[in-house]
Formats: sequence, C-alpha cells, structure tokens
Amino acid sequence: MYVAVKGGEVAIDNAHSWMSEIRRGDTSIPNLSLDQISEQLTLGVDRVMSEGSLYDKDLAALAIKQSRGDLIEAIFLLRAYRTTLTRFSYSKPVNTANMTCLRRISATFKDIPGGQKLGPTFDYTHRLLDFKLLAENEAPISPTKKYNDNKMPHVLSFLNQEDLMQNEKDNNLDPIDITREPISYPTSRSARLQALSRGDEGFLLGLAYSTQRGYARNHAFVGELRIGIVDVELHIPELDFEINVAEIILTECETVNQFQGSKIEPPQFTRGYGLVFGQTERKALAMALIDRALRWKELGEDYSGAPAQDEEFVISHCDNIQATGFLEHIKLPHYVDFQSELELIRKIRADAKVNMKR
Amino acid sequence: MNEMSKNENIDIQIYNFAYLDENTKRMIRRALLKALCIPGYQVPFSSREMPMPYGWGTGGIQVTSACLIPKDVLKVIDQGADDTTNAVSIRKFFQKTANVAVTEKTSDASLIQTRHRIPETKLKEKQILVYQVPIPEPLRFLEPRETETRKMHALSEYGLMYVKLYEDIAKHGHIETAYAYPVKTNGNYVTDPSPIPKFDNPKMNNSPAIQLFGAGREQRIYAIPPYTNVKSLDFEDYPFEAMKANFKCSICGSSDSYLDEIIVSDDGKRSYICSDTDYCKEQTKLNSKKEDQL
Repeated sequence: MYVAVKGGEVAIDNAHSWMSEIRRGDTSIPNLSLDQISEQLTLGVDRVMSEGSLYDKDLAALAIKQSRGDLIEAIFLLRAYRTTLTRFSYSKPVNTANMTCLRRISATFKDIPGGQKLGPTFDYTHRLLDFKLLAENEAPISPTKKYNDNKMPHVLSFLNQEDLMQNEKDNNLDPIDITREPISYPTSRSARLQALSRGDEGFLLGLAYSTQRGYARNHAFVGELRIGIVDVELHIPELDFEINVAEIILTECETVNQFQGSKIEPPQFTRGYGLVFGQTERKALAMALIDRALRWKELGEDYSGAPAQDEEFVISHCDNIQATGFLEHIKLPHYVDFQSELELIRKIRADAKVNMKR
Repeated sequence: MNEMSKNENIDIQIYNFAYLDENTKRMIRRALLKALCIPGYQVPFSSREMPMPYGWGTGGIQVTSACLIPKDVLKVIDQGADDTTNAVSIRKFFQKTANVAVTEKTSDASLIQTRHRIPETKLKEKQILVYQVPIPEPLRFLEPRETETRKMHALSEYGLMYVKLYEDIAKHGHIETAYAYPVKTNGNYVTDPSPIPKFDNPKMNNSPAIQLFGAGREQRIYAIPPYTNVKSLDFEDYPFEAMKANFKCSICGSSDSYLDEIIVSDDGKRSYICSDTDYCKEQTKLNSKKEDQL
C-alpha cells in the first residue's frame, strides 16, 4: 500500500544506470569521441557555449555527449559547471573592429572597405540531402588564399561619419553582470544584452520574427554581420598592462533601423545590436532585432503593447534553463497540493448539490 | 576502499563545503539576514545555477547550503515524505558535498528542507525550516509584472487580493485557494507560504523555529523570524479554515495529520495515509507501545 511514496532511492539509481546504457547505445558502434563532436558538430557546440555562457569547446562537446544531443540539457550542464568557477577578473571589452573575419557581409552596401566575405554559410546551399555524406571518408578540400589583411572597419561607422546613424553614447558605467546581480526592472541595456546573448535561440527567433510581422514593426536592414576571431585581453594590475589570454570566435550583428526625428532632432538611423559566442548567426540577428524593439522608450517611440517591446516579458522568459526547469518541474510529485484541491472541489460540489435541492 | 567511495571522496575535495563557494554563501547569508530583519519582505539575491534544475528546489538548496555547518543534522522532505525521489536526491547531494549527518526524525533535525509541507511534529527553537519556493510573489497571479507588485507591497495595497478572495466566496461560497494560501506576516507584508496545503498555514504562526524561504529561479529570499505573527488572509464572517480529508490514516490511525489519498484497487477504492512519513512512523510506534502496555 505504501509503494506510492517508497523506493525513491532505488528507483533513482536504476533510472540513472539505464540512462547511461541508453546514452552509449549499441556498443558494436564505435564510441563518439569529444573531438568528433567539437570538430564536426561545431554549430551545436557553439550554441551550447553561447547559451551556456562558457567559452570552452571541449566542455561543450562533453556536455553534448552526456546529454545525448539534447542541447538545452547540455547548456544546463555547462551553466551548472560555470557556477563553480572562480570569477577572478573581467576582461577588457573585446574590439570587434579588429576581428579576423571568417565571414563578413553587409546587406546595406554593395561594396565596403575590406570587402564582403561570404565565409562558411548555408545561405546559398540547396537544401537537398547529400547522400554522398553516407559514404564520405575523404575530407573535402576547399581552395585557399592568403588572408586578406585589409582593415575591416564596421560598416555602420561610415553612416556615423555623416551623422546619419545615432551614436551610442558611453555612459561610463560598468556593465551589469546578471550572473552576479539579480535583475531588477526597469533594467539597463547592458543587462538586457547580456540576457539576450545567453537567451534561448528559439525564443529569440520567435520574438524577432514577431517584430517583422508587425508586432512592434521596425524594419531592420542588416548593416553588417561578421563572424571571426577576436582577442580577449586582461589587464593585470601588478604589471599594469594587458595580456592576451584567449582567442574566441564571435558573431556580431548590427542592424540599421529608422526612427522618426522630432522638431529639435533631425531623423537618424538607429541600431539594434547582437553579439554571441561562436558562429551563431540566427541568434545574433534575432538578438539585434529584439534589442532594437526593446529600445522604444529610450528612442521616444510608442509602446504598441507588442511582446518584443516588453522588457519584463522578454528578459524574464528568455532563459531556457529557467524556463525548462520550471516547465518540467510539474513532473515532480504534487500529491499534497492536488489532495488539497480534491478536498476543496468535493466540498464546493457538496454545498452546490445541497443548494440545488433547496 | 571500493571504487564508489573513492569517487565520492574526490567529489568532496573538488567542491567547497556544501557545494557553494564561501563568497556566494556570504552573499546569501546577507540576503537571509536582511530577510529576517524585514519579515515577509522578498529580498532579491543573485541566485546561482545549481546542478539541479530550477523548479527542483534550487532556492531552498542555496539557502540550506548557506546555513549548513558541519555539526548540523539535516532532514529533507518532499510532500511530507523523506523517501520521495527529489527529497532523496537533495539529501544525497548534501551528504556528498557537506558530509553532514542526516535524519528522518523531525525532532532530531537542526535543519529541515521541505517542499510543500510543514512537518506535523511541532518545531522547536534552534531549528531551521527551509522552504523551496516556486513563485515567491503572492500577487503574481493577480498582477504579472514585478514592477507593479513591488509597488503594491511598498504601499500595502492589497485590495486586489481581498477582492479576489471575496469574488471566490461570492461565486463558490468558499475561497478557491487550497494550497499556497496567502498569509500576512507580522501584520505587514502579504507573503506566499510556498505551495503548502492551507492545513499547514496555522503552523507558521508564532513558530519557535526560523522559517527561511528560497526561490532560486525568481532570485528571491524571504524569512519569518521565530515567534512572528503569521495570519492567513480571511474575512470576519468567513474566517480562515484549515482543511484536510476527513478520514483516519490507514497505517497509524491518526486523524489529526494531513492525509494523502491513494487509489488501492482497480475499481478505484480509496485509502488515506499520512503525508508526513516520519510522523506516521512515530504514531505507529506509540500505538504498539500502548498495545504492549495493555
């Protein structure tokens, strides 16, 4: 009779061991190595690093293997590990203007200093299943050329020269770190950008799409999308200079959006901004569109009641680890609460029946 | 030493006592002290990602981690029971990371972490009860915006809540809240008691134990200091009423403890057992002693 609440410990152990067995799958098939994941499932690794907020390909690959390819579970593993790491310093802001670009495109200008560079993209592939991959062993070799060392200044900086682009003002405040301070509303743009950069790709994609379909419409041109390697520099107080501690791949997106000027302000283009770890184009684009939609107050626009304009709605719900935890917790036992509901509904029904008889 | 215990020792060495690092614990303790000074007030804290999912009690786990000392005796319950899966998992976590003594006996515990129940055995001074809280804001389902609800608390503007309770009575003749029934702490803040059945609400009032509430995902901590007035919201003509199934436990025969309903046969026959497994065991022992004496 007591089985319902007994035996938790044994059940947990058995469930875990079964899961490990299933994770490994058919043992006649070679074990998946971490190198295979980090080299051949790179975009999955990049997503896990960006939403896991920890730039480490090997750990992300391990998390993907352990989670059986469930990327949100992998992100969770990385986040939980991240918590245990000591925060000994903050780096200098990375300089994305000096990025060594793997890809750099502008949808606003045909030709730009430094040139357009298509890079490794799915954009113009035909989405036909490539059955050659079934048998492929040899690595395909693509033509190589020496890296074009020309400077690649941000495309939007050319609009800045004409004052056509609204300048982002430095408020001289340290950016907020939402992993160290609880978010309070209204929040700052730095906190918003951090939350969006860690936010769930699917959630951001849906919201960004909603702005394109008229819920807080603000037509965005992709002024520039660049993916490449940047240096991470740390200032060492004892030495009083910066040293390069890492090279990381980032995706940066700047959109150009218009807004109405006023009597005292001539109209200017405005900017939406996305910056994400790894090659994560869809996410960076979505982030830029949402960043722009969330800036309505600062830019003196109307609040149309669209979800993408609602800071509290967007930021409180974009974290997939929070969301999946709370959603999935309803699987946990709720015997006690349900029991109290049962008692109440029976009581109300009994009273109602008495009243009906009367 | 077998392979298993070797691994567990390695785990203990890797992580700090009770998992969280000392700086994080200090941050949480500061939030706890503030919470104790302003009973019922929700203190924002920089909640950490824990190795369990949000919704599994990460707030309670962080509070427990910040409170535990090596000589503590820990009890963990979920739905009143020590052996539900999540209670087992959390207890194991602290055994592994803090190596503290554990117990199922309410009276032996110095710190009790709970989900959805308050133990039936009366708590004592120097005991700490840590609640896992999903939604710390009692006004959340009336007003989804944090910016608004904080204002409402600041102005003690609780009219909306009373209107909701009134409308329930007007519609059904009863207040429609059976668990997470809102209370007023120290005559001031309306507080969410976490999703305990309203049967447990009176136990919060004037309790000799410290009651701490942790909401990890929502990044809030609040507290009820010992011997604090905690009143369930009600009306003069519709006083608050604690409620439970009107049966006896089919194991220990108790009629004053909160009961879980279980379905025992294919034709849907019901039976009732204590939700508090420790209390049920104690009552069973007492009964057999009485029988022996007879």
